Amino acid sequence: MTLIEQNSQSNPSNSGSSVELVPSGASKFTSLVFRAREFGIFGILFIFVLLTTAIKPRFLAGQNIKFILIDTTIFALLALGETMVVVSKNVDLSIGSILGLSAFVSSNLYQQFHHVSIVFVFAVGIGIGLVLGVVNGVLIAFGRVPSLVVTLASLYIFRGLDVLIVGGRQVVASSLPSNFLSVTSASFGAIPIISIVVAIVVFGGAYYLKNYRSGRDLYAIGSSEQAAGLVGIPIAKRVFTAFAISGAIAGLAGVIWASYYGTIDSTAGTGYEFTVVTAVVVGGVAIFGGSGSAIGAAIGALLLNTINSSLYVLGVSAFWDQAISGLLLILAIALDRGIGLYLAKSLRKRSSRVAS
Amino acid sequence: MFSKRKTTTALLLGASSVALVACGTTVSSSTSTTAASTATTQAAASGGSIKTGLKVVVIPKVIGNSYFTTADSVQSGGALAALQSLGETGSETSGTAATPSSQLPVIQSAITQGANALVISATDPTALCPTLNQAMAKGITVVTYDSDAPTCRNLFVNQASTSQIGTSEVDLLAKQINSTGDIAIVSATASATNQNAWIGYMKQELTKYPNMHLVSIVYGNDDPATATAVTQGLLQQYPNLKGIISPTTVGIAAAAALLDTPQYRGKIALTGLATPNEMKKYVADGTVTSFELWNPANLGYLAGYAAAELASKAITNTPGQTFTAGKLGKYTIASDHSILLGAPYVFDKTNINNFNF
Repeated sequence: MTLIEQNSQSNPSNSGSSVELVPSGASKFTSLVFRAREFGIFGILFIFVLLTTAIKPRFLAGQNIKFILIDTTIFALLALGETMVVVSKNVDLSIGSILGLSAFVSSNLYQQFHHVSIVFVFAVGIGIGLVLGVVNGVLIAFGRVPSLVVTLASLYIFRGLDVLIVGGRQVVASSLPSNFLSVTSASFGAIPIISIVVAIVVFGGAYYLKNYRSGRDLYAIGSSEQAAGLVGIPIAKRVFTAFAISGAIAGLAGVIWASYYGTIDSTAGTGYEFTVVTAVVVGGVAIFGGSGSAIGAAIGALLLNTINSSLYVLGVSAFWDQAISGLLLILAIALDRGIGLYLAKSLRKRSSRVAS
Repeated sequence: MFSKRKTTTALLLGASSVALVACGTTVSSSTSTTAASTATTQAAASGGSIKTGLKVVVIPKVIGNSYFTTADSVQSGGALAALQSLGETGSETSGTAATPSSQLPVIQSAITQGANALVISATDPTALCPTLNQAMAKGITVVTYDSDAPTCRNLFVNQASTSQIGTSEVDLLAKQINSTGDIAIVSATASATNQNAWIGYMKQELTKYPNMHLVSIVYGNDDPATATAVTQGLLQQYPNLKGIISPTTVGIAAAAALLDTPQYRGKIALTGLATPNEMKKYVADGTVTSFELWNPANLGYLAGYAAAELASKAITNTPGQTFTAGKLGKYTIASDHSILLGAPYVFDKTNINNFNF
């Protein structure tokens, strides 16, 4: 992140710094600006909802809220894992393929065996994700191969495995028991239960990243890997863990995907990695690491899904959906850059004032 | 030293990924040439016999789709089964996405490998043409099935007449909603040849039902998530929607999963093209009353058979020519160089459990 780089340049003595080591006044100031960043996403979200509702009041009907939330749930969950990876200046492009593999293998258990416990199905899905995440993690953290290369390769490898395992078969809804399908269909009013559960998981994840030593370490690694190494942060271990968790989360998302769509073939989750990375960046996580929150990323996912839904409800061509996603991405990056430059400038001004 | 090692690992990883990508995108199932071709030389108007050992590459729109697997595989009695029975070397291969950019490299590699015939479901009516024309220029027989590329093939094997599918789906839905109310179509991609042709006939047939109004056509791109999202949009945009036609297996499965709630079940009728297994749950619980499809295995079988006939020069693609396609019987080539499999088959709760594909 620009801010941290600039900051550590101006304070060479603090070279091991993450945000923690910035003087407390400045810390409050920066967190205010970054909170404003999250409010910015909320602002755009609000405008979209308002405009769409003005044209089509049914947009805010309970059923549609349910649709949007359940779509968001899968992406917000994936965005949590992606956030952990991206703040450490890495990227995980294999999540869509992990989701696909987990979705088929876990739900296919119902076709293979009678009387499978739903807990076992979820455990298998998460387990598959964890194993694949560990493969990524080992190559990246201990093999020292850039994550972009490793996960781009595993995107294809895992999808290839998926196609090999699945072949032309598919899991069909009639083979899935109702308690499995109701994981995503059960709701509390207009709010699906699964969305509440995932929201708690995302808040938990965000809290861990923000307040636990091992979570903060990921930000430090993303700010400056060299500096993080110098202050004794176990970089390989932390990065490895981030990829393992991201994989496990994608595995969990796969089981939820299977429950929601009911018909699963080898194409499940194709291209999800791009939507998730977009959500993460739009949600204020810096693509070059060091800053951003899982909650921001989840709001980013909510924003993308809301825009998606509002365009369909308004009957606007789907082309605009992709164009708007791209536009938001550029806006988010420009905003980050702008905030970074502004903060660096004002921090320099402050520290020079303190010095004199 | 360190950076050198890093590079090597990266290269190795890159190479292995390429190898695996190749595995992933081209799942082939080759059949041996051992089968005898004795019973199959009863033949064509031009009187030639079918050669054996021809290399025939079957290229569905996408790999891993159950519909195409049924159409192509030996087990189901599809295209590869026909080729095996004729003593040809058949293989099935395609990309992992149903797009021309994913299908083109597969066609090119089939040409390079010296195929005698291609049996292909076109992801786009025109985008594949330069490559398919190149194939035909090299003497390779090009047979399209399922989805046509009308200007660049020798023969099209039509699953059901375009007009029959379009009109019968509208009739099926009309029966379910008492010929009254707003209806919508959830299609595949906006450029899919077969989809657009069917939709054309649906519109024509709808003129017979003055109280049924087609309010929207949306495109789910044969992706479950997109199909779900566009159907959600429909439900919100048109609160009075009474029926949905989805002439694509992915679209109808996504729409059925969405409508399978007490709020919509039985209130919004859904019909279209689907495989029986996909719809079993929804027919059982009343979300879907009836839908239709041709027999994909027979479609593939006929396409495989026709490709072998053409590549052997046992028949030409001249309109009016007839040939006997093994178990399926006698077919006549129509004026647009196509052959028609037969009428679509309607599935409902009385017969759905007799099928397993």
